[in-house]
Amino acid sequence: MRLKINGQLQNFAQELTISQLLEQLQLVPKQIVVELNREILTADRHTTTRLNDGDTLELIQFVGGG
Amino acid sequence: MLIYFNEQLIHVAPELRLFALREQKKPHADLLIINGYPVSEDQALKENDRVVLIQRGEQPTAAELEQLMMARHTPGVHEKIKNRCVGIAGAGGLGSTIATALTRVGVGHLIIVDFDLVEPSNLNRQQYFSDQIGLPKVKALQENLRRINPGIKVTAIQQRIIAENLSNLFGQVDVMVEALDAAEQKAMLTSNFLQKFPETPLVAASGMAGFEASNSIRTRKVAEGFYLCGDGTTAAEPGRGLMAPRVGIAAHHQANAVLRLLLGEKPE
Repeated sequence: MRLKINGQLQNFAQELTISQLLEQLQLVPKQIVVELNREILTADRHTTTRLNDGDTLELIQFVGGG
Repeated sequence: MLIYFNEQLIHVAPELRLFALREQKKPHADLLIINGYPVSEDQALKENDRVVLIQRGEQPTAAELEQLMMARHTPGVHEKIKNRCVGIAGAGGLGSTIATALTRVGVGHLIIVDFDLVEPSNLNRQQYFSDQIGLPKVKALQENLRRINPGIKVTAIQQRIIAENLSNLFGQVDVMVEALDAAEQKAMLTSNFLQKFPETPLVAASGMAGFEASNSIRTRKVAEGFYLCGDGTTAAEPGRGLMAPRVGIAAHHQANAVLRLLLGEKPE
């Protein structure tokens, strides 16, 4: 499966949900804003949303401070 | 002919000149504003001109103050922002600084939400005073903003922000600002707000701790309607604190992004 993540094409061997993708990329899910095909998905939809070949994702990492 | 003098429509002689009007109405005025521009030269007045005459050092009326502040902005800006509403989640180093900038520029309505109280450690970067320690931040900020510009409306709500109360708190805003502290809270607010209100732009911040170079802080569009200010990486952590200069830079990136969005410009 090919995904475009933050503008870069990446290949993945198996089918993934958003949660599985974040885990594979070693990202902390609660600190990430996920945009899938130009739609923002809240954390409660990470486990139920399956990714498809050709999907475009923006993964925006927040760091603390304000 | 008709002109507006201190916002009142009045009849004056045709071809009346500015200095003659001053002589009639307010001989000691030393600040002369025509149509939002401060002027120093005498000149002929035209039909429908808006003239404000002010004496320096005198406490201005609310209408005069509005004119004075308007005159400091680029003409046309005030008209476009005075009826707009901006939501600010968090009244810490980012939120209190953003609110101060938007108050000074004259955004008509700010909705500011924060559950916390002013603590001594906040004074290193947040827009509070030492005699406000212990007050709810939103109440202290509301008072400070009123003292800066009484002409705008500030709705101050002391409450913890969760996904479930977002629509009630911020459902009516034209632009939303994320100004929270913890990374998890920032991501929660941003993703829930943009999912609920995909048409309303949101300006968030990430990465402004320490004393790295100022120019590493940028404004970027990272997703549809989602603008992010900061260096993206410099987290607040033990050994790298949050300090007024860099937090202020990120906050003013956010405030300028909000202003640009309200004026129909791209923030980045």
